[in-house]
Amino acid sequence: MTCHPVARPEEENASGVRTVAVIGPPNSGKTTLYNRLTGLRQKVGNFPGVTVEHHIGYVRNASGEEVALVDLPGIYSLNPKSEDERVAVEVLYGKMPGMPRPDAVIVVLNSNNLNTHLVLAGRVIALGLPTLVLLNMADELKRQKGAVDVLALARQLGTPVALVSAITGEGLEAVRNFLSVTSPAPEPLELPVVGSTRSVREWAVRVGETANYRRPATPVWTRRLDNIFLHRIWGPLIFLAVVVAVFQMIFAAGKPLQDILQGWLDTTGAWVGAALPDGMFRSLIINGVWKGVGSVVVFLPQILLLFLVIGILEDSGYLARAAVIADRTMSRVGLNGKSFIPLLSAYACAVPAIMATRTIESKRDRIATILIAPFMTCSARLPVYTMVIAAFIPGRALLGPFLSTRAAAMLGLYVLGFLMAVFTARILKSTILRSKDAPFILEMPPYRWPMPASLGLRLVDRGKAFLYRAGTVIMLVSILLWAATNFPMHNGQPPAIQDSVVASVGHAIEPVIRPLGFDWKIGVGLVTSLAAREVIIATLGTLNGIDAAVNSFDLQTALRHQLTLPAAVALLVFFAFAMQCMSTLAVVRRETNSWTWPAAQFAYMTVVAYISAYAAYHITAYFIS
Amino acid sequence: MIFNFIFGRKHRRPQSNGVLADLQVGERGIVRELRLDHSIAEHLMNLGFVPGLEVSVERSGPGGDPRVYRVEGTEVALRRELSRYIEVSLVGAAAFGD
Repeated sequence: MTCHPVARPEEENASGVRTVAVIGPPNSGKTTLYNRLTGLRQKVGNFPGVTVEHHIGYVRNASGEEVALVDLPGIYSLNPKSEDERVAVEVLYGKMPGMPRPDAVIVVLNSNNLNTHLVLAGRVIALGLPTLVLLNMADELKRQKGAVDVLALARQLGTPVALVSAITGEGLEAVRNFLSVTSPAPEPLELPVVGSTRSVREWAVRVGETANYRRPATPVWTRRLDNIFLHRIWGPLIFLAVVVAVFQMIFAAGKPLQDILQGWLDTTGAWVGAALPDGMFRSLIINGVWKGVGSVVVFLPQILLLFLVIGILEDSGYLARAAVIADRTMSRVGLNGKSFIPLLSAYACAVPAIMATRTIESKRDRIATILIAPFMTCSARLPVYTMVIAAFIPGRALLGPFLSTRAAAMLGLYVLGFLMAVFTARILKSTILRSKDAPFILEMPPYRWPMPASLGLRLVDRGKAFLYRAGTVIMLVSILLWAATNFPMHNGQPPAIQDSVVASVGHAIEPVIRPLGFDWKIGVGLVTSLAAREVIIATLGTLNGIDAAVNSFDLQTALRHQLTLPAAVALLVFFAFAMQCMSTLAVVRRETNSWTWPAAQFAYMTVVAYISAYAAYHITAYFIS
Repeated sequence: MIFNFIFGRKHRRPQSNGVLADLQVGERGIVRELRLDHSIAEHLMNLGFVPGLEVSVERSGPGGDPRVYRVEGTEVALRRELSRYIEVSLVGAAAFGD
């Protein structure tokens, strides 16, 4: 491969593989095309210092050589003001650290929207790299009676042009041919690219006219479906049905899958345990590593399910309509409609919800959504709520058979989390994340059938990203927690939990949590629940000498001796607000590509939880006295 | 429709020149100027809201906001708030399709 002639050998990367950048506007079908070309042979990476992601994939050209394809973010222009576009410009100029200057560029445009999309092509061609312009969605263009003279367009642009369809695979041999020859840089064109968007746009229209471009008609189905999905009565009703279905999917299908996976992990853990000699090493492997890995892996079914549903909604085009319907409500909080689905998913689990914020283009809105998502009552809080409520609140009918006191308490906690999320969003959006520079502007793609292959690749991508990036952090913390519960050793044996480091931590923070009515045992529970909220139940069980899984009733009795009613209310409020979940923190770190946001989030939520729990403690105490 | 009835936007309708927010569903206008921050104007122009091009109001979301506009082949949803800063001149009478 190194013998292959390359235009600029000094800029070739170490492996000698030619690098070709793939660029295109949103809704040009660029990702589908990219996936079609590289398949599973791609990996995801972050550029240093920015939240922008890129993929590097490999494809064989017509001569059978490997070429690296770099997928850049979907952008409309090369305006260095937006982060995505700045990254693309830096990569194309070879200024991005760790990324060689590409040897060539492939520009993917939507052939159904050529006059708009040619603007980007003009700007990219003007950079002077060998360029191939792909007019994607040729199948739709033909079906809707549009047309374009590819040869005339190629003459106008001075670059090769091909009409392709990522869905049918039509015309893709042009890509493999382009990748196998060292194309000359395009002839200097008289592009008004230094001019304003308006003049480039006028140039694009002229080029389109010269190439006899005829814009296709809007698919009649898109109009018909929009008449229903954006109808003033049916629209919101269908939206609600979709919302219930998504919620139901994660709760009703995700939870059992999670339980099955958990059972399987426990069984295999027991096998591995049986194969290892008794001792500290086995304890580290089983209780540290295996449980740590397990706590990550059990989230996979929920994440994959949510991404499957969101992927279908997104690829079909419905997600844009859902955002339009949700926008009016979300605008009252200062957010827009695109935040709705992620926030809804956070009721099941904040981890997939935060990963789902990728559909929000505005960086500020995305961060705001990430920051408030963990306030939504996730499924991991339920066991804690159930246990404490069952222990302290007598089950009485409140509204006949419809609402018991316990259900009302549970509902109250859901409302509490929601209100705090709204409150936080308002504060964020009027201070540090104020975004008058990012109003609600949403392109509405036509409805399309989602492609299973494309959906599948995205699921693999998200699953891998979660396991690798979040998994490493969670595993590290799990091992630290394991060490804290297993040291210091006595006569070569791990200590009883009350003599361990974690107990010392519990004692150490006791003065801090005493004003909330918590003793050191609750303190230990708060520390261990960082692994996952529900772990506090097992911890309190161990500390009280009760197997919580076998006998929750005894634990309830023990809790009643340990906590007063005001302290129990304080504990519930604390769990409603505190960021007791390292999986979420690890995912926030991954998605924001910084430690600052998860650290700030952890600090904010802990302070809010502490103050609210303190207030709850005293208010409850005042009312019962 | 009910929204328009209650808030009576008919009397505020301009004869020839006005802003995008004044157009009703089915009406068309020619974009004249974007009185917005450079970056927003740039984004809108990338989507097709270029002075001189025709924009039509395709439909309105439930509750009347946001509304969906069509410029050339692209449909874009904008809040009313933003569409007050896009100046247009009215084209012909109400017409569906093109």
